[in-house]
Amino acid sequence: MKNDAGNDRRKFLLTMARDVGLLAFGGFIWSAYVDEAVANKLALRPPGALKGKDFLKTCIKCGMCVEACPYDTLKLASPGENIPIGTPYFEPRDVPCYMCTDIPCVPACPTGALDVESVSTDGKLDINKADMGVAIVDEKNCIAFWGIQCDACYRACPVMDKALYLEYDKNDRTGKHAYLKPIVDPDYCTGCGMCEHACVTKKPAIIVRPRELVMGEVGTHYVKGWDKKDEKRLENAHEIHTVTPRSEKKAVDTLNDMGGLLDD
Amino acid sequence: MIKHKYMILRRLTQIGVMLLYVGANFWGWKVLEGNLSASKLFEKIPLADPYAVLQMTVAGATLASDVIIGAVIITVLYALIGGRAFCSWVCPINMVTDAANWLRRKLRMNQVAKKPPVYRNARYWVLGLSLILSYLLGVAAFEFVSPISMLHRGIVFGLGFGWAAALSVFLFDLFILKNGWCGYVCPLGGFYSTIGRFSLIRVTHDAEKCTECMHCKEVCPEHQVLFMIGKESIPVLSGECTNCARCIEVCNDDALNFHIRSFAQQVKKEK
Repeated sequence: MKNDAGNDRRKFLLTMARDVGLLAFGGFIWSAYVDEAVANKLALRPPGALKGKDFLKTCIKCGMCVEACPYDTLKLASPGENIPIGTPYFEPRDVPCYMCTDIPCVPACPTGALDVESVSTDGKLDINKADMGVAIVDEKNCIAFWGIQCDACYRACPVMDKALYLEYDKNDRTGKHAYLKPIVDPDYCTGCGMCEHACVTKKPAIIVRPRELVMGEVGTHYVKGWDKKDEKRLENAHEIHTVTPRSEKKAVDTLNDMGGLLDD
Repeated sequence: MIKHKYMILRRLTQIGVMLLYVGANFWGWKVLEGNLSASKLFEKIPLADPYAVLQMTVAGATLASDVIIGAVIITVLYALIGGRAFCSWVCPINMVTDAANWLRRKLRMNQVAKKPPVYRNARYWVLGLSLILSYLLGVAAFEFVSPISMLHRGIVFGLGFGWAAALSVFLFDLFILKNGWCGYVCPLGGFYSTIGRFSLIRVTHDAEKCTECMHCKEVCPEHQVLFMIGKESIPVLSGECTNCARCIEVCNDDALNFHIRSFAQQVKKEK
């Protein structure tokens, strides 16, 4: 009898262990897959989309933004496209965002993954606040940088002269012509991709990528001394003294101390 | 009565719902926009998949009220009309698994198949696991692997390789485990089983009319809910019943029928 009870207990424990083991096994495969599936950060999102992981977290993949888009710009990622599955994105070389002033895609979102606040000024929708990405120019393959006159991207830009302006430069090669170089100002660029769509080169020499991939970050210890606003950051700054055993001597003394090297 | 009345009705609802979504995307119909994850009915009423919303909440998302109201509406709806009615009347994968099951019967695979293991509860473990993973990964875990969404979204918005997910489910059900996906694995089914525990529309069995031919048990995708066949005249109360009505259709003795659940009767029985 006692033995039976022992067997039952053993059976119970082993069954439990097996179930938990199976669960962990499944969990590891599942989470590894999901981790890979959400890894691609290259996709351009609709206007007003929350940033990075917050967007993936909040988007329910219903496609109502896609249906609201009058230009068929937006698509839902399907399996095999290597973009987090079911999430909305667009490829500006095919169809850019035409920056509708009423931004129909954003209010269509039921979850707030497309945030109305982020594309509004004083409670009114303002597409110029959209931040879908930033355009970058490949100066090697942009023919305007060769000296050939082309301002296709500049003409296409809906925030012309702010987000994309032409910089004039003299062409030393010919001695009598000018360069009209397209320059992007990321402060104004919305990432709509009309420039990429308009670019005349075989593969576009101006492309849009998500802002967090394109932009660098300076760090707080650099201060623009010529900028009054930035200089203000120093107002409350105070000196920091680091005290170590070496602090006993002045730096100059330490340098002048030959440590007996010249004694002879 | 038409022999396959409920089957025809179910196919009509399944295809009809799908058609409304497809129409919204391709021809701008304003009846049912979006997809099964979240949608808008008549441009006003929000609807949302409560299981997806639950995962997103666990993942730490701050959700807008629209989708929460939508999830509540759907929860109440299925809590009233039979939780897993979604599975057999709306879910597009149902047509895939029904096809696999039909083929199994035609090929008589059930005769050679081993007795299936009784891990019907696996779906609740998968359900729990999906919530744990959603929390740990910070995204709705099942929504990234769900063959239901892949197929459904694929039909409405462009399939890509989504057909592969549906085919996998078909092959799994056909060769590996009878009713494998819907009956053992799918956490959405587990979720609606939980919600539908107290729903009002129930299949009820009349043991006095029953001749114990067991056709109903053969055709039922969740045959464990029909334990009372030929024994007791009680309603099918398990939340795992999908209200598909296949048992009602195959019964030649009129021993199975839909009834509105009467709580009064139950209370009396329990006494």
